[in-house]
Amino acid sequence: MKTVLSESDIARTIRRMAHEILERNSEPFLLLGIPTRGVSIANLIHQNLESISPGFSQLGQLDIGLYRDDLDKRPAKAIAETFIPGSVDDKQIVLVDDVLFSGRTIRAALDALSSFGRPAGVQLAVLIDRGHRQLPIRADFVGKNIPTSLTEKVSVKIQDVDGENTVVID
Amino acid sequence: MKHLLSTKQLNREQAIELLDESQQISKLNEESTRKFPTLQGKTVVTLFFENSTRTRISFELAAKRLSADVINFSAESSAISKGENLKDTAQTLEALGADALIMRNPASGAAHTLADNQWTTASVVNAGDGTNQHPTQALLDALTMRQGFGLPTGAGLDGKRVLIVGDIVHSRVARSNLDLLVTLGAEVDFAGPGSFAPGSQFANLDEALETKPDVVMMLRVQKERMNQPLIPSDKEYSKLWGLSEARVTSIPEALILHPGPMNRGLEISSFAAESSNSMVLKQVKNGLAVRMAVLSKVLGGRSATV
Repeated sequence: MKTVLSESDIARTIRRMAHEILERNSEPFLLLGIPTRGVSIANLIHQNLESISPGFSQLGQLDIGLYRDDLDKRPAKAIAETFIPGSVDDKQIVLVDDVLFSGRTIRAALDALSSFGRPAGVQLAVLIDRGHRQLPIRADFVGKNIPTSLTEKVSVKIQDVDGENTVVID
Repeated sequence: MKHLLSTKQLNREQAIELLDESQQISKLNEESTRKFPTLQGKTVVTLFFENSTRTRISFELAAKRLSADVINFSAESSAISKGENLKDTAQTLEALGADALIMRNPASGAAHTLADNQWTTASVVNAGDGTNQHPTQALLDALTMRQGFGLPTGAGLDGKRVLIVGDIVHSRVARSNLDLLVTLGAEVDFAGPGSFAPGSQFANLDEALETKPDVVMMLRVQKERMNQPLIPSDKEYSKLWGLSEARVTSIPEALILHPGPMNRGLEISSFAAESSNSMVLKQVKNGLAVRMAVLSKVLGGRSATV
């Protein structure tokens, strides 16, 4: 087991991502975390955004449990809450997740999002990009790129879910 | 979870997870009637050997909202009336590619028989078997109670007192509710005439309501399940055990539930059915959400386990 991001690394990384997101977006936008840990990370990014530019961004969450395409292969993940402030129509959306891997979660999130309306644009922010994409999807904002082998397991732990902030590889 | 046969199979954690998922789905359903792609390419069969409109429609709509293909199979218009047995029916449906069989059957234990004998690899969901179990009804009742009390996701029904009134002996609704409610931490009491609720400590509904229950669940008088008359007359039943206007007024805080269809004027008065504490329509809405949650649960991870 190897720690790749410590608590202070995560804080610094998220602060940097918040700045990058603001730099890219001159219009107000909506952050949508993907449960479970994407929500926690979206929260942390939003706290940073609020301290830099209060009221500029909105925060919500988008569950993808009903939109996965691999229902047969894995036990259904519990369906979590979806909360979208207002409508997604004509808004800039920033999807937030903890780890970008195959890209299938993000594909499902794009499907879910389009069932809610037609955003002006969709961007993607992830804390960790571990590679091994199976779909043509890339992130706009990456906390850290971690080259991994398929047998390795990346676990992101976040305070409000796991009681600590750390990223480890097994 | 491959099958849902009985509320007995659910531990507290599983029951609360199903309620939480149903809660999220009910919220999405409130916002719009959109479809979800969850069960695309799956075939769901409703296999009803007993008349039912609302349960069948609810399951059918739940499957359709999740993009499954739905086949309705009812006993009267099928080979069952030509003498085909349950095993052959199930295997025929599986050969046609059914992934889930939602069965209602007048024989208690029929769903277990279907699931336990390896007659089919499809998931079996019990939609009511005789006087035994009706698990999705109990789940939707529990969800309705949790919402009625304003309890959050993750919560059980700890310490809530539920009074179930009527034909307990013949009621799969009562049996499934008893198991689930106790799992969720609630206390359950029964009331009804001796022929319906043997051992009940109450002589009439007024006495039972003096215990100030948090929930009063009225059961339908099921004449089709009585081989002989078990109550002297409708009028007497209504007088002793019906939820009248005066009785509703005596319990202003309690939630009123009824699984439907209601016999207005017999077990429940129109006043009670339409009072502000009546959860009857909420129950129907929640039924759809619960059945969507159950179908996505039993059909999840199938090729991983098979």
